[in-house]
Amino acid sequence: MKTLKLVAVSAGLSVPSSTRLLADRLTEAVRAGLAGQGMDVEVRVIELRELAVPIANHLVTGFPPPTLDEAIEAVTQSDGVIAVTPVFTASYSGLFKSFFDLIDPDALTGKPVLVGATGGTARHSLVLEHALRPLFAYLRAIVAPTAVYAASEDWGGTGDALTDTLPVRIDRAGEQFARLMASTPRREQAYDSSSPVAALPIA
Amino acid sequence: MQFGIFTVGDVTTDPTNGRTPSEHERIKATVAIAQKVEEVGLDVFATGEHHNPPFVPSSPTTLLGHIAARTENLILSTSTTLITTNDPVKIAEDYAYLQHLADGRVDLMMGRGNTGPVYPWFGKDIRQGIPLALENYSLLHKLWREDVVDWEGKFRTPLQSFTSTPRPMDGVPPFVWHGSIRSPEIAEQAAYYGDGFFHNNIFWPMSHTKKMVELYRKRYAHYGHGTPEQAIVGLGGQVYMRKNSQDAVREFRPYFDNAPVYGHGPSLEDFSEQTPLTVGSPQQVIERTLGFRDAVGDYQRQLFLMDHAGLPLKTVLEQLDILGEEVVPVLRKEFAKLRPAGVPESAPLHPAVIAARKEA
Repeated sequence: MKTLKLVAVSAGLSVPSSTRLLADRLTEAVRAGLAGQGMDVEVRVIELRELAVPIANHLVTGFPPPTLDEAIEAVTQSDGVIAVTPVFTASYSGLFKSFFDLIDPDALTGKPVLVGATGGTARHSLVLEHALRPLFAYLRAIVAPTAVYAASEDWGGTGDALTDTLPVRIDRAGEQFARLMASTPRREQAYDSSSPVAALPIA
Repeated sequence: MQFGIFTVGDVTTDPTNGRTPSEHERIKATVAIAQKVEEVGLDVFATGEHHNPPFVPSSPTTLLGHIAARTENLILSTSTTLITTNDPVKIAEDYAYLQHLADGRVDLMMGRGNTGPVYPWFGKDIRQGIPLALENYSLLHKLWREDVVDWEGKFRTPLQSFTSTPRPMDGVPPFVWHGSIRSPEIAEQAAYYGDGFFHNNIFWPMSHTKKMVELYRKRYAHYGHGTPEQAIVGLGGQVYMRKNSQDAVREFRPYFDNAPVYGHGPSLEDFSEQTPLTVGSPQQVIERTLGFRDAVGDYQRQLFLMDHAGLPLKTVLEQLDILGEEVVPVLRKEFAKLRPAGVPESAPLHPAVIAARKEA
């Protein structure tokens, strides 16, 4: 059975957080979707709260402390990324943005990304479309068409005539993302030192 | 192996007393530091080049020419010379002239510069940083080796029948290092020409430095200049020493905590663990520096950053005394013992090239 690498990045700040909860639910939905296609998945969850100080230090010094270095490497080497943030002041949180600011601009090129967000009210749900999707589009990631927003009320809600319940939306996103991951080959990031990297000689 | 210091030339407020030296004081202090470097028996003084406050060294050959007149044996170098925004023709002329004044005691380190606005201030485009470094150096290399140059490139006006004067002293162009922290293209460039590669590792984990030096060594051999072990490597270092390591930590901490580069970020302890910064006893500095060799192999030049972050001149001179008396003599001996035959002790500098020529 082929094993894919999935990394979930959660920017939730409280412990436990509903952002982490959404990340976990999405992860399980993707796992189920991949299992349906005969694929296994190795999941790694990155809690940005635990990396808050290393992230700030990287911004100041220009290099990642070991724990952050390892997290960035995990994201870079994955077959797919689930990125979930709480909504802060009408956008992703600063910590969430800072983490992705520190990843090589080319590291997510062609990589499947499933975005999710949580908030106190459903009125912020388009943050997925006006903030997260452009961020990952800039990084040339392949953002899954279905993104999942969970407002506080969704955790106990039954949906309405126009909106499916949260579990339905999570399953839809997971199934879709599993297909995307399964059909997207991982882009090797390794640097090959046996060939020239600059066109020399210059006239 | 050669030991020396490299200076950024920053004018920084001393965080322990709030005093900021004037530009005049900083420039005079730089000269005093260079003279001290020779006095304590070190080999190299290298100056940075900057074109914005709070840095003073905008005119490196003026500074180095002055120091040349006040020293006998000190090698004058740069860290770095901006190969992107300077006209390579002017670099060829300035440094050949300096080489004559200093009787050959000159080498240089090329760098691209990391201050965005400097490019437009000098009429260049930062997005062309690597192509500028490659083309400009290729012209500089030619100007020092061919008496009459016909040349055409993308970034400066063409040359027909141009001779850069004065010619390099005794026909030996100044030795060149290429400095880069993370651009493999520059390691490749250094390897292609058989020039030296300097990794300013002081703000980076050694694992990263190791990768860049490995790449340079491999490509150096690929281009037929020798074995990977014979490639010419230089490293930075950053130290603060006192007899008792606790005193060193206590004295240096306010400078560390407020330093322009890493201040208000990681703790002194974390930064020391993750980068080559060593704050402690001379013995600790000796052990740490010898450890660089484990990461990059036998190397030819070690430059220390000693005069930054607002440290007063008096302290810097004391540090140089310790470096010259207690640290470098031991390092010279230990590195020499470890270096296998066939690995050059230093870069092929002017006197060595002349001596080899006489032998042949």
